[in-house]
Order: sequence, then C-alpha cells, then structure tokens
Amino acid sequence: MTFEEVQKQAKSDWDSLYHGEVPHILIGTATCGRAAGALAVVEAFNKELARRSAQATVTEVGCIGLCSLEPLVIIVKPDSFTVCYNSVTPQMVPTLVEGYILGDDPCLELALGTVEGGEGEAVYIPELPRFEHEHRLLLRNCGYIGPGNISHYIASGGYGSLAKALKMEPTAIIGEIKRSGLRGRGGAGFPTGTKWELCRNAPGQTKYVICNADEGDPGAFMDRVVLESDPQQVIEGMVIAGYAVSAREGFVYIRAEYPLAIERLKVALEQAENLGLLGDNILGSGFDFHIEIAQGAGAFVSGAETALMMAIEGRRSMPRPRPPFPVESGLWGKPTLINNVKTYACVPLILGHGGGWFASIGTEGSKGTALFALAGKTVNTGLAEVAMGTTLHELIFDIGGGIRGEKQFKAVQIGGPSGGCLPESMLQTPVDFDSLREAGAIMGSGGVIAMDEDNCMVDAAKFFLDFIQSESCGKCSTCRLGTKQMLDMLEDITAGKGKIEDIDLLVELGEDIKDGSLCGLGKTAPNPALTTIRYFRDEYEAHIVEKRCPARVCKELTAYYILPEKCERGCEHCVLACPVEAIGNTEKGIKVIDQTKCTKCGSCELVCPPEYNAVVRLSPVSSVPSPEVKKPKKRHKKGTK
Amino acid sequence: MEELDQQLAELLTPNRKDRRHLVSLLQEVQRKFGYITKEAMLAIADFLETPGSTVYGIATFYNQFRFTPLGKHPVTVCMGTACHLAGGRLVLEAMARELDIEVGGIASDHEFSLDRVACVGCCALAPVVIIGDSVYPRMTPPKVEEVLVCIRPVSLDESEKQ
Repeated sequence: MTFEEVQKQAKSDWDSLYHGEVPHILIGTATCGRAAGALAVVEAFNKELARRSAQATVTEVGCIGLCSLEPLVIIVKPDSFTVCYNSVTPQMVPTLVEGYILGDDPCLELALGTVEGGEGEAVYIPELPRFEHEHRLLLRNCGYIGPGNISHYIASGGYGSLAKALKMEPTAIIGEIKRSGLRGRGGAGFPTGTKWELCRNAPGQTKYVICNADEGDPGAFMDRVVLESDPQQVIEGMVIAGYAVSAREGFVYIRAEYPLAIERLKVALEQAENLGLLGDNILGSGFDFHIEIAQGAGAFVSGAETALMMAIEGRRSMPRPRPPFPVESGLWGKPTLINNVKTYACVPLILGHGGGWFASIGTEGSKGTALFALAGKTVNTGLAEVAMGTTLHELIFDIGGGIRGEKQFKAVQIGGPSGGCLPESMLQTPVDFDSLREAGAIMGSGGVIAMDEDNCMVDAAKFFLDFIQSESCGKCSTCRLGTKQMLDMLEDITAGKGKIEDIDLLVELGEDIKDGSLCGLGKTAPNPALTTIRYFRDEYEAHIVEKRCPARVCKELTAYYILPEKCERGCEHCVLACPVEAIGNTEKGIKVIDQTKCTKCGSCELVCPPEYNAVVRLSPVSSVPSPEVKKPKKRHKKGTK
Repeated sequence: MEELDQQLAELLTPNRKDRRHLVSLLQEVQRKFGYITKEAMLAIADFLETPGSTVYGIATFYNQFRFTPLGKHPVTVCMGTACHLAGGRLVLEAMARELDIEVGGIASDHEFSLDRVACVGCCALAPVVIIGDSVYPRMTPPKVEEVLVCIRPVSLDESEKQ
C-alpha cells in the first residue's frame, strides 16, 4: 500500500466512526482516568449497549488534560452536538444510553460542555473559559483520537510530515527546525536544530536517536499523557530525527512506573511498523529506522542525558562530565541525538506547517508552546498547554481556576524538585526559558504545583531536598554530601532546633553544590531551598526564633487542640478516630487531647464534623492552653455514658 | 527450587547475552518472582559473564529492585510533591500503623507489604495509594482503615472478637 492509500483508508475508517451512522462513545482511559474509575465506565457502557441492543461504538482514548474531572466521556453523534460528560460513574451510564444514544436528549444536566475541533484542529470545550487561554499543539488530538489505532492519527493529518521529510534533504529539515526556534523541552532549552546539526556533522557511520521519557519529576506527568494519548506524534518525530541525522536505531527510555504508557507505545510502534512507517525501507525511501523501548528502573538521575545513556547500556546511571557531548560521543561512544518526548512531538508540526509558523508562536527567545502539569491546590488540575510567554498568573488563575476553597495563594513551585518556589509577587513572570531562570526557578520538565497558606515553605524545601538527596547518584561529593548537610539543617529547623545562622549557611552551601556538581540534578538541587529562603525568609525565621510553623505543618512545632466552645459534646467522632486513644472527656463532656499521647496523625481534624470544626492546629506548641484532663475513655465502650 | 531454575533459564536466552540487557533481565526476574534473590543475581552474572558484584551493584543502584518478597496485596503510597502537599505523609503513617509494618516491610502473614514511591503521575488525584493494580485517589487517614477493611481477609478469630 502506498502512503496515499494508507491515508485514504484511514480517512474512511475515521469517517465511519466520527461521522458514521451510529453514535461513537469516547472514554478517557489514561492513567488518571483509570484511577478515577474509567474502566468500570467502559464496562458499564458495553453492558448497557448490549442490554438495550443499542448501536454504538466505544473507543478508549487518552486524556484531554482535565484530570480533576475524570472519568470523561465524549459522545459523538451523527448530525448533532458532540457532548462531553465529566465525573461519569457506571450508575450514570444507563441514563446516557437512554438519553443520547437511543434518544435525542443530550442529558445536559450531566454534561461538561460540547466538544469542538478535531481532525487536525485542536480539540476544545467552548463552555470552559480556560480553553481561551490555552494554545494546544501537542495536546491537539489528546482525548479525542484512539491511541491504540494508528489510523486515527493518520486521519488527523499524521505521518504527512514524515512523507514530506523523506523527500527533503536532511540539511533542509535541520534548517526548518532551526528556523522554528524550537528549544529542548526537557528543561534545559538547548536549541534543537543546532543539536541535530552537530549530531549530523559528527563523524561516524553508526548514530543513535534517543527519546528521553524518563519523566521522574514528582508532580510532572506531561510526557505520560502525551505517550498515553497520542504516541504516534512522538514516533513520527523520532523517525524524522533519525532521517535528519542519519541514524538507523532509536531508543525510547521510559520509566517503568508508567506501565500504561509503555503498553500503548508498544502497540503504537507495532502499528507503525506494520504500515511501513517504521522499520526497513520506510515508505519506500530506502531509509531504515528501528525503535526499541528501554525501561527505566527507578532512578531520578537517569533523566540527565549522560546518565540515561549509561542506563541503556546496562550500567549504573551516573552522569559523566561533558564535553564530549552526546552528539559527539554518546551511546556506546557513538554520536547520539537525545531529545525529550515533547521536543520530538513538535517536529511533525514544524515540518507540516513550516518553521516560520512555529516561530510565530511564543516569545523572542522561546518559541512554540509549553506544556504544564498543574497540580497542588488549584481548582482545576491536569494538563495545560500555553504559548510561551503566558504569565504564571494566567496559568494558575485563568486556567487553573485559582486556589481551592477560601484559601490564599502562597507560592508556585515550578520545574520539579530542582525548580524553585515563586511567591505571589512573581506571578507576572512569563513562562519561558529565560524569564524563569532569572526568577530563580527553571522551566524544567514543566510541573507546576500551586501551594496555599496551609503549606509550609520550609517543609516544602525539606521535601524536595529529601527527594534529591536520596536520588543523588553519589558521584560528586558536593551533591552527595552537600545535599545531606542541607537536609539535616532543614530537618533541624522544622523540628525547632535550628540556629539563625543556619539560613546563611544553607545559602552558602547551596551555591557551592551548584558549582561543584556535574549534572542537572546537582546543579539545581539547592534551588527549592534557595528560592524559599529568598522569598520566604520570614518563615524560616519563625521556625528558628519563635519555634512556630506559620502554616502549622511541621509536626514538632504544631499541636492539635479541640476548641471547647465549638466541641459538640455528644459527638464521639474524634474519640473513635484517634488511633492512640489520646482523646478524653472533661467533666462537661468536652473532648480534650492528651498532648503527651497525641501522635499528630490528623485523624481527629479530618473526622470532626464541618459544622463544629472544633479541632484546630496550633503553633508553637506552647500556645496550647492546658486544661485539666479526665481519664480517657476506653475506645470500644460506646454505650457507657 | 528446580522450578525456579527452570523459569530463570527461560529468561536467559542467547539473544540477550549482552550487558545492555542486564537491567531488563533483572526487571523480568522481579516481575516473575516478585523480588530479586541472590541466586537469580548469580545466575544472571554467570550468564552475562560478569562479576556477581556488578549485578548486585546495578540491582541496588536502581530503586525499582527489591530483595524481599512483596505481600499478596502490595501497598504503595505515593509521596510525590502533590501527594506530599495534600497530606501524603499522614496517609503513609496511617498505613504503616494500620498494617503494623514499616515502610519497605512485609506483614508476617505475607498479606500486605508497604512501600513508598516518588510519583505515580496521578497528581490531580492526590494523595494516591496503590494496592495491587488498583489506584485509590484522594486518601485520608480515616479512609485508609476503610480501604483496608475491604481487602483484608476475614479471619474467624477476628470476627469472633467483635
């Protein structure tokens, strides 16, 4: 089959599904959808359709990026609106089948909105204002096409760029990438076209192309969503890269914690190979390119390119000094092109629409879009894709919907554990490589975590350092020993044992670690501590001088207390929930926490009925009033009053 | 033991006799047996003609590998950033308390084992606990008890006590 025939076939398959006679049901079954119960929804639809003998097709799709509204279901109906439903449960399925599959009632009370776009255009829900602020390129198909069916990708314009590229001179392809201004999406932002050119010009017959899908940053899941929702765009980008730098072998290094992404990628590779879009003699051009999957084994440092190559070779993933850069001497000493998932995913778009088109999006120094994973305390969590240069404020308040509940925004942590925490005053910072670096954060992989007044900045810094410290591979002593010292100091501070001079010592040590470490992990490891000291020094001082945790998070500096005037005497929720029997009664039946027994597990605060809200956290511990305590009641004798 | 050797032999096929397959061989051993034994490490070392210390070095370098068996219901508590900020630590402590095992440990009846993981990428549903193949979103310490009640085998002695 020629590529034109493949395209024609894919288009007719697509039309019969999306513009056919029967309704088409799309169910988001990426990892986040599954966690919210999407597989039970799939089963419920299949059962209900069979029971009612209703004619409809069901396709499992990826993630549209609205993780907090999962499971999401989209119903495409011939000659009618395409409607998206959120938080779907199996119990809702009969209503939907009755209403919109068999009947003509779109069940608007259950709907999130209508769905527009598709077939190459970015899919969006016009009823949600957040989509006005987004600019979706890589996410254009996500949640709308079946990741398990290559014809969906081809029908949406996929692999057209590869067909075009194979007729171009490799240098012309590189020229186009250079013109686009694309910079590496792994975080460092090295110009992609230049990297490709260096690799192409490196001497040697054997070259490799690697896709870095070792998305180890806690709080970042963009690569996972891209691979689970639209994996073909990454494969197409890799094949084009292979052709441009004249490599014949490619690897996708993906972390083992993403089993579904691995599974979907495997299927995608197989399908691409079956259609002659991958493997020997691709599309009859004489160009051979094979892709292998290498699974990570849980080491954060593997994300550093030189460490990643060690991992593929079957060694400990420890970084080495550069130069030589991988483009000269990489995997098994051969010239190696290594880019992030999102960088490869940009490539088909650039070749399809032209480098100039891509360069028209974004800012002077950072072109195209940036993909962020919003997590933490925002109303909307999930993925967002915005043009470079969008402000953090827009990202958190217009797309993220602001902070949940009545809480105050405190800080945004951007760039993963090695990024920085920026305060409210920095929210006008545009998201692009250079502005973020100036502010003390990094673009990193693109995890954005919003924190509110309930989050302690010292605790956050400690959390990140704890992570970094245990993930340090141990090669550079400043990183191995320095991060441990920083962590010890932060532990002391959060336990109320800090000294005021510790703050300056942390800064000094942090700068030394940055200077004395080889790889990105060590060079950025002190960032969370340095930025929190820079922007939230008062919180550090409160911990050290007043022994007070302003957010009442640090265990040693916080105590749980039951407000006597709010405690509804007859209720026993806290008494029953307490795992250590630390809650007793006063003469009047008011509950009192025995501070000597309390393990500060927080259960009483969670179970206290919201209408009483009697359990509070106090800091410093010395601020807890000391009442006279009656003997605690035995836990299981509920009847004896 | 013989069966173990047999299963191991199935993995060690000639086309994988290359250092680059070391990590994936260890991964498959773990997938098959649940954890990595000394015998398996030595067998792989023999097969790849590399010192046992190298295999041990690799196996202990990567977080994924464990050297003690998993419980019948392996419990993994996510301690990623989003989960941490949403109270993941309290969930982990509650889990350790309810199961009465340390992080990284296994219950004496081998029903449960408890581990922490850096991030499972379900940040929107934080804090997250994974038991077996199921993901439990938005966990709290009181919910830990509820979830475990549904999984725990009901032993006769226990129910009589109630």
